[in-house]
Amino acid sequence: MTGKQLSIAITGAGGAGVISVGELLLQASAKEGGRGLLRKAFGPQIRGGESAALLKLTETERYTPANEYDLLLAFDWNNFSRFGDEIRLVPGAVVICEEKSDPPEEVLAAQPNLIRLPMAQLASSAHADGRVNMFALGLLGKLLGLPGDSLSQLAQQKLKNKPEAYREAASTCITSGVKNAPDMVLSVPAPGEPGAWYISGNQAAGLGALEAGVRFVAAYPITPASDVLEWMAGGLEKLNGDLVQAEDELAAINMTIGAAFGGVPSFTATSGPGLALMTESIGLAVASETPVTILNVMRGGPSTGIPTKSEQSDLDIALHGLHGDAPHLVLAPLDIADCVYTSAWAVTLAQSLQTAAIVLSDQFIGQSTAVISEPKRCAPAVLAEQEQDNSYLRYRLTESGVSTLAAPGDAEQRFTADGLEHNEKGTPSARDDDHQRQLEKRARKLSDHDYGDAWARIEGRGTVALVCFGSASAAVSEAAEILSGQGISACTVSLRLLAPLQQVRLQAALANCDRVFVVEQNHSGQLFRYLRSMMDFKQPVHRYSRAGPVPLSGHDIAAAVAQESKP
Amino acid sequence: MNLIAKAKPKDYKSSVKPIWCPGCGHFSVLNAVTKAFAALSIEKDDTVLVSGIGCSSRLPAYVDSYGFHGVHGRGLAVAQGLKVARPDLTVLALGGDGDGFSIGGNHFIHACRRNVNITYIAMDNEVYGMTKGQASPTTAADWDHSKLTPHGPGVRPFKPAALALASGAPWIARGYSGNPNQVARLIAEAIEHPGFSFVHVLSQCITFCPEQTDWKAVVREREAPPLVDADEAASLFHHEDGFQTGVLYSAARNAWPPERTGAASTDLTGGFKV
Repeated sequence: MTGKQLSIAITGAGGAGVISVGELLLQASAKEGGRGLLRKAFGPQIRGGESAALLKLTETERYTPANEYDLLLAFDWNNFSRFGDEIRLVPGAVVICEEKSDPPEEVLAAQPNLIRLPMAQLASSAHADGRVNMFALGLLGKLLGLPGDSLSQLAQQKLKNKPEAYREAASTCITSGVKNAPDMVLSVPAPGEPGAWYISGNQAAGLGALEAGVRFVAAYPITPASDVLEWMAGGLEKLNGDLVQAEDELAAINMTIGAAFGGVPSFTATSGPGLALMTESIGLAVASETPVTILNVMRGGPSTGIPTKSEQSDLDIALHGLHGDAPHLVLAPLDIADCVYTSAWAVTLAQSLQTAAIVLSDQFIGQSTAVISEPKRCAPAVLAEQEQDNSYLRYRLTESGVSTLAAPGDAEQRFTADGLEHNEKGTPSARDDDHQRQLEKRARKLSDHDYGDAWARIEGRGTVALVCFGSASAAVSEAAEILSGQGISACTVSLRLLAPLQQVRLQAALANCDRVFVVEQNHSGQLFRYLRSMMDFKQPVHRYSRAGPVPLSGHDIAAAVAQESKP
Repeated sequence: MNLIAKAKPKDYKSSVKPIWCPGCGHFSVLNAVTKAFAALSIEKDDTVLVSGIGCSSRLPAYVDSYGFHGVHGRGLAVAQGLKVARPDLTVLALGGDGDGFSIGGNHFIHACRRNVNITYIAMDNEVYGMTKGQASPTTAADWDHSKLTPHGPGVRPFKPAALALASGAPWIARGYSGNPNQVARLIAEAIEHPGFSFVHVLSQCITFCPEQTDWKAVVREREAPPLVDADEAASLFHHEDGFQTGVLYSAARNAWPPERTGAASTDLTGGFKV
């Protein structure tokens, strides 16, 4: 069950410290055992654009973005308006703004409980270097019932590299915020179990990769994937691994392939445009059977698109972007906690099956931070025993399709890995029989592998099935719950493994359903088309696809399903 | 490990037969590579030849070491990733002028700048041989033998040594396929240089550029020690005719990355706990 929720939006100019307020509130709440999600929304500008911390405090860890907000704190109204219809208010929402400012029509339409305070003035009178964001932190903390000294401590920790005067100003402003908070109590969700983690999806994906053995990363900075790399740089240093900032994505993927050829589990992270640049060389990894994992944190596309906001529109390129017949793995983490598992699973599969794995995360789960219970882990790869005879054949035609992978330094197993078609030894060959056999081998090793139960997360039972992939999972499961309240029983199938598609398992999961809805966050219905091209459904299949950047809404999905399901 | 006593060049040849045309300069470079390996008694199991695409990029398969034959232009990136991850290996990247200076041009300048301890052998015949004779970035502006550019490419050719110097390469040599012993010596020195070493080999293509047989009349050894001053080297590379051979420039620069310092802590998850 969803349980009680409280959604808070804090908006302001980029660089004004809006995100810090959201982070510190969520951290302070987590210290009390609270659960919650912080989604970050930005305009395209780095400084001076719009910025929003979208906080949702919850009782469960099913983290859907908020549809409507119970509380809005706006530092100014110009920046709020740049979010357009992304921040909707519940009727009677609490709205806090500057004393001499007039909320726009769409805010007044919610008939809010409007609280005007001279926030900037109170902050600067509290301390000469006072900043309004710390004042707001104290104020909001008080409304949420969070201890003021906990907020102060967390703020000191966050500002530990700033000058003493700066930290002092923060504490003074937090105190002033607490003191000047309006006299009201918000209904806050009950706390959960202690011992939680505070982590973003991008950090979680990096963690999963390192725990699965990755010790080399080469990458080129790109929004919204750069923070994966920033976290991994520190982690790799601890583990005696290496991170290379490459000159472009072409170099990044090829460096990753080079390190992997050296026997070191290797990884890169990028976003749509970078994935497009990498595709030729991902084909090289497939043909040369060099294990690499590529994390693609999806953003709005095509082209430069909407770099700072989320979309699930790279499924097509991830599945079909490679030239030639190039079977490879495509996976998608289902939520922030699952980024640990799925990233590790991708590395593990790439290593065991000696191929490329593309992991489709997105800006929503990548750059959101959540309070989660310690995440589930993936068992490490069990690699085949090394051959130790003198008849080593790198591309031996084995029954499973997987051949022994030697690395430079291994005695007497020398070979030249090749993107040219080759024979079992690795010698380039344009012969028909070599081509047929090697194509078949590379396909077989993926199709015959037993991927177990992790291919999807299946929840609920019902006559309607909601099928999705990746981060759509939370919205879909929210939709199922709403439908159940309306007397429509629905099960959800959230695909973690997209290629190779587990058709037989998916058919079985849908066996008792008389209607299927394919739900995804893109314009053209990429998953819908893919599933329809790969399987024969015995029941009608409907499509619910909506492009980003507004997150998928469980309510909208439920409404669409209910509409179609009318007798 | 398989220590080879009194290694001979032929011990380093694989059983794969080269696809090159008779008279191709790349045969000499292959011989020079195996001679250099023999001279250094290189460990076959600890050595990797990496290449991109083109006639010259076929070379790794002809040497009995580990090899990686990748996609067009990206050999240097593969080689650098490999060497950073496996600093214990001897890593050489090889390729042609189109692979290295056109499609892979960005990787070339960044490899010079990054200074990872690998050796890069560019086998320059001023033509795309594998696609049957188109102009490359080092082709003369008035070379009109290609149907693709019937009046010549019409643009100035790259000067690879000058480009390497400007990009920060610390060690630059030039050889000529007509003198494989010299090329072998340069490759051996390049391997021993503790950083990025660039061996530019004038390697003739008699199929598409038969006029390159005239190179032997103009190629000459530069009778002076390597320049250590970048200004002097810049002046040399801008004013010379491109046919002087030998180690032309050698500067002391620390290779990248520095040695790993050892793990301070292996705790990855502590920072996430509330």
